[in-house]
Amino acid sequence: MTLDSKIPDGPIEKKWSNHRFNMKLVNPSNRRKYSIIVVGTGLAGASAAASLAELGYNVISLCYHESPRRAHSIAAQGGINAPKNYANDGDSIYRLFYDTLKGGDYRAREANVYRLAEVSGSIIDQCVAQGVPFARDYAGYLDMRSFGGAQVSRTFYSRGQTGQQLLLGAYSALSRQIGAGTVKFFDRREMMELVVVDGMARGIICRNLRTGVIESYVADAVVLATGGYANTFYLSTMAKASNATAIWRAYKKGALFANPCFTQIHPTCIPVSGDYQSKLTLMSESLRNDGRIWVPKKSGDSRAPSQIPENERDYYLERLYPSFGNLVPRDVASRRAKEICDKGLGIGKTKMAVYLDFADAIKRNGKHWIEEKYGNLFDMYHEITAEDPYADPMRIYPAVHYMMGGLWVDYNLMSTIPGLFVIGEANFSDHGANRLGASALMQGLADGYFILPYTMSDYLAKTKFSSLAINHSEFEKANKSVAERVEKLLAINGKQPVNEIHKKLGKVMWDFVGMGRNEKGLKKALKLIPEIREEFWNDAKVVGDSDNISIELEKAGRIADFLELAELLAFDALHRKESCGGHFREECQTPEGEALRNDKKFAYAAAWEFTGDGKKPKLNKEPLTFEYVKPSERSYK
Amino acid sequence: MNFTLKIWRQKNQNDTGKFETYEVRSISPDASFLEMLDVLNNQLVMEDREPVAFDHDCREGICGSCGMMINGRAHGKGRKQATCDVRMRSFTDGQTITVEPWRANPFPVIKDLIVDRTAFDRIMQAGGFISVRTGGVPDANSTPVRKENAEEAMDAAACIGCGACVAACPNSSAMLFVAAKVSQFALLPQGQPERKERVQKMVAQMDKEGFGNCSNNYACEAECPKGISVTHIARLNREFLLAKLT
Repeated sequence: MTLDSKIPDGPIEKKWSNHRFNMKLVNPSNRRKYSIIVVGTGLAGASAAASLAELGYNVISLCYHESPRRAHSIAAQGGINAPKNYANDGDSIYRLFYDTLKGGDYRAREANVYRLAEVSGSIIDQCVAQGVPFARDYAGYLDMRSFGGAQVSRTFYSRGQTGQQLLLGAYSALSRQIGAGTVKFFDRREMMELVVVDGMARGIICRNLRTGVIESYVADAVVLATGGYANTFYLSTMAKASNATAIWRAYKKGALFANPCFTQIHPTCIPVSGDYQSKLTLMSESLRNDGRIWVPKKSGDSRAPSQIPENERDYYLERLYPSFGNLVPRDVASRRAKEICDKGLGIGKTKMAVYLDFADAIKRNGKHWIEEKYGNLFDMYHEITAEDPYADPMRIYPAVHYMMGGLWVDYNLMSTIPGLFVIGEANFSDHGANRLGASALMQGLADGYFILPYTMSDYLAKTKFSSLAINHSEFEKANKSVAERVEKLLAINGKQPVNEIHKKLGKVMWDFVGMGRNEKGLKKALKLIPEIREEFWNDAKVVGDSDNISIELEKAGRIADFLELAELLAFDALHRKESCGGHFREECQTPEGEALRNDKKFAYAAAWEFTGDGKKPKLNKEPLTFEYVKPSERSYK
Repeated sequence: MNFTLKIWRQKNQNDTGKFETYEVRSISPDASFLEMLDVLNNQLVMEDREPVAFDHDCREGICGSCGMMINGRAHGKGRKQATCDVRMRSFTDGQTITVEPWRANPFPVIKDLIVDRTAFDRIMQAGGFISVRTGGVPDANSTPVRKENAEEAMDAAACIGCGACVAACPNSSAMLFVAAKVSQFALLPQGQPERKERVQKMVAQMDKEGFGNCSNNYACEAECPKGISVTHIARLNREFLLAKLT
């Protein structure tokens, strides 16, 4: 398959505006003749559904939650980037573009990243107009803070609940359209299959999670805004229901999956404490503005942190990266924490943690100042650990947090299946091999508010559609296959709860496909994953009915797909014999332990093509060219 | 730690439902309440019995999915906690814990501990927004907002829509939920043009859904996982009166 990224001609700062002019429009009175399915109601999905409906299209919006407002975007804490330069500290669109491309270790498309930086300012304007209560200074203007990988303050925030406030903004825009009847919303629907007719995405099959009925939805185009697949690792900062089923079904229907191995492991999470644990909790990156990361210099130092004098502490990020200090990008901070703990210098009961210490900031600005900025995060830490972070430093350790990989899309956010658009975390487009903090919210809303509405119109205007009904043979076939799959899951009748099998998969992924990857480990994972998959299909126990809410059946279907995706993830990691961003191959590092890219061999996006169950996927390469920012060693020293 | 659990089981909306009793053993005091229920559910699956259905997702107190009456209290007895924030160390070893779904007519139970809270969404659809289209808005810094107002708007906007306020209220009132949204927008300059219509539409939908009225019981504030203050209800009342009178 040849991959056409459809990057417009012209200088980078003109590409998007030229493209907007060159794209075709649909006449306002014709828009009501088109229908669009949007799956998912997070930042990307809700903003896209609302914006498309405002334009006059018929929108069908679905999510597996009871309400659009439950989507996992809600949990994002720290903030959203925009190069407004309100701080007068030298920020610009070009600088945000540069930081994001460098932060992604030169594995993203220049044109996409530039466009993201270009539209991000409008997002802040839009959200303020929606009534999002951003933090403000005493003059009443917007306040900003710094995030990893940047030396300017460009991150807008609403306390530690920025994702919640932005999502509620998008949800209110969506609610307005649902109320006006321009969006038909369906709750508790899980997309189980994509329907492709004459080579075009024309609909989806869902399971109504409340009644068990398998339903067909027909439209002229399908948008997947279904988030990331970090739950492949079992323990992650993701919500429990976050899953890969929608994108995985699309992959098996012909959409290419790009860079599946690009995994973001977030450095500041509350460490694992026991086997019962169902998820990991993130402590926002914003804490690294004022918190200092350290471990005792001496291994096995069992003194309380406050008893360890300053000269016996190793503030290792400040030591190794004097110019960025504690605000190095996530991949770097995570890897260094792992390295320190692997050397036996970790702290706490498990020795798999480091300190994040606020003593200096509290001394400098007072407890009240910290409370106002981070109060909810400190409360959360206290609730989970029963420790007081105002008195003692937090204990933190990296955890899986975000997937940069996802379905391959062109500049128009369309996958390799015509009519199938993929937005937000579900696509692979903008973050390369590592995402900078406060960029996920930016990308989700950029895609939904300001990019997809244009590119969707262009596709609809240029395409001829045959009229279809849900009794079309492709829909009936897909509907039947979903029903059979449900029956198959319920019939396994083995001995293990599906959760236990998911935990086994997670352990293999964390041990061999986690922060440090090497050929031997990846090969081992590729042997173990199919074995666990076998175990699942022979020994899982799925208790429940198919015609009612069945929590075990829901989980089983999602885990079955994780068990397939995990193999592709490990396979991609094995093929990419270089280190870049969140993908760290231990064989490829500089003498100082930094990621060593191989631009000659791997300056491409790896887009995998499904060739059949049990068969090796086919690799398609989209070469990445850098006209504006020359790839160099990513230094934060 | 060991616990005896009395849990409400109900097959679907038409079923009458009843309590069933279960035992769980060797629960870590650091486990969350939902993780304790995970252990129970694993146990039930192994015994070929249907696990207890409950809504949950983020498990860090922000998505608003989870919500149950724990020993008669919405989200348990702790202050400013969602059910997923509750830790087993807050119970005593050997304790009997009663777990029920939210009880309110506008929130019908659809299975075990899961209720249908779509009434909240319909209130939002009636007027819980600023009618701004995508694009064509002024620069974000063109209108300064007093810091105090921005902070108070944020206090209100912190609502997670879990429904604890309704479950805790003897009248099943949704006033705190509605007040939080009305208050947020009333405090911001962007919310001014639709101020009167918004409050009337949201209150009308709230009444239509069958939620009761506020009788100053304040249980809503006490149980709210985000500590949203009843002073917002006072503002809602003022906004409503003002809209009706002018």
